[in-house]
Amino acid sequence: MTAVTTPRKKPIQRARPGQSSPKLAYLPIIFLAFAIGVPLLIIVIYSFLEKPSQGTGVKWVFTTENYKALFVQEKLDGTTAFDTRYIKVLWTSFYYSLITTVVTLVFSIPAAMWIATREARKRTLLVALVTLPFWISILIRTYGIRQIIADEGPIGKFLGMFDISWSILYSPSATILGLIYVFLPFMILPIYASAERFDFRLAEAAYDLGAKRMTVVRRIILPSIRPGIISGVALVFIPALGSFLQSDMLGGGKTNMVANVIANNFGQARNWPFGSALAVLLIILTLVFVLIIQGIAQRRGDKVELV
Amino acid sequence: MSAVKTTPSKRGKLVNLRNFPGFTSTSWLVMFFLYIPLVYVVFYSFNSSRIGSIWKSFSIKWYGKVLENTDIQRALKNSLQVGFAATLLSTVLAVMAALGLLRMQRAGKAVAMALIGAPLIIAEIVLAVGTLGLFIAVGIPLGKVGLIVAHTAFCIPFALLPIRARLSQLDMAPFEAASDLGANERQILRRITLPLLSPAIVAGALLAFAISIDDFITSFFVAGPGSTTLPVYIFGMIRSTVTPEVNAISTLLLLFSGIVLLGSYLIQRKRR
Repeated sequence: MTAVTTPRKKPIQRARPGQSSPKLAYLPIIFLAFAIGVPLLIIVIYSFLEKPSQGTGVKWVFTTENYKALFVQEKLDGTTAFDTRYIKVLWTSFYYSLITTVVTLVFSIPAAMWIATREARKRTLLVALVTLPFWISILIRTYGIRQIIADEGPIGKFLGMFDISWSILYSPSATILGLIYVFLPFMILPIYASAERFDFRLAEAAYDLGAKRMTVVRRIILPSIRPGIISGVALVFIPALGSFLQSDMLGGGKTNMVANVIANNFGQARNWPFGSALAVLLIILTLVFVLIIQGIAQRRGDKVELV
Repeated sequence: MSAVKTTPSKRGKLVNLRNFPGFTSTSWLVMFFLYIPLVYVVFYSFNSSRIGSIWKSFSIKWYGKVLENTDIQRALKNSLQVGFAATLLSTVLAVMAALGLLRMQRAGKAVAMALIGAPLIIAEIVLAVGTLGLFIAVGIPLGKVGLIVAHTAFCIPFALLPIRARLSQLDMAPFEAASDLGANERQILRRITLPLLSPAIVAGALLAFAISIDDFITSFFVAGPGSTTLPVYIFGMIRSTVTPEVNAISTLLLLFSGIVLLGSYLIQRKRR
């Protein structure tokens, strides 16, 4: 307000878009601290509290039992035994995300290169086709793939004509297929963005100098699209690790990923503190993988911005 | 020696990377894979049969059922109300954040970027249950108000993306000219910064709206019984009984996504 009435109080600086005072960012930061920061803090606090004997919520008594319960099971006779259930859940999440990342990568490199080498008009259309799924609800996309792979879906009907039985819905394979389907565009687009900038004369030059086709791919093309590959891996692996809908709708409860177990503890199982401990573990795992991916990018000297 | 000898025959193929073996077929496969499920859902939404997988005859009766369904109408209304409110709030906050952050000190900027980055990196389920805990702890009722707060928070990073990108590309000349001519901070903001940013603000708002309308996990936890949003309702429909209505409503939502995307494309083209 003072700026309006006394514009000459301060010496006029070189005007930049940032002329606006940094105070402008205070309100958004305070809001985000409340709506993002506090919830994360609450999860950490809840993970060290006890479960109330009745109902939902927490009892304000400090305990580390929730973290112990991730690895150790207390039996009815009071003895404890090593419990692999939740380690398996974490392993499942990791393993599914890894397969999803590898499969989407294998298909995305050729697809992105192919799109990048089309003529401008066709390229615009193809990029639009890969971008469109970003705007479509993941719920609906997951429902769509479920209809396709259902026992009586088109694949099942086709194989039925040859008396081959088809039943993959509600299995780990269905969950992984759903993850691949949902995350494929997230891998193609960043690789395409790198491939589009690639100077294809480099490949020609290498070829003229006598490099074989695979050598050109390995030594020239792959290193050039590496920033795109690294971003793509981050954009697929990290969200896949915390994915919920695919294992819920396609895995049929048989293949629990960590997000499903967290949701269950805040829902039917009514064990908020234990769910919080798992959530903290998921946050830590996510951050570890973010750091690993950033580390790889930095060591290679690639500029990869995850945020 | 042999490598040199074979060069001319192989050369024609590789110089033109367009025809790299397997690339074309893989790309077609990828496009097919991406769109077949959607095409299938749209196709079967016009099926008159009650059993989803058996084609009987063309019918639009499921669309009639969807439009008559008062639960769907209510859920849609909730989704739109929350979506519009969250879009407006998150876009305004994102513009403020983008402008303010430019001149912020390093430490403050790091905190802000961590808060903005968190919803993009941390699994939504974690923020969803944390938000549920927050609302219960501070007494925000589960329902529309809670939904708007939660949606605004995770929409800010998305609204911010195009705005920050545009800010970093802006030409300084108009700002310098305005300043030389004696414009003050407010005038520059209103007359120069905001108009120059407007395409990015529109893009950010559309992105925020799409994210809010599609959100399932957070809404599932904080909606409460009275203010179910459309994705939460559809999830329930898919879970309980698979009626062909789901195909019809999915098709309507696909159409809606298409219209929003086309709209954003037309707006951007016009502004350019």
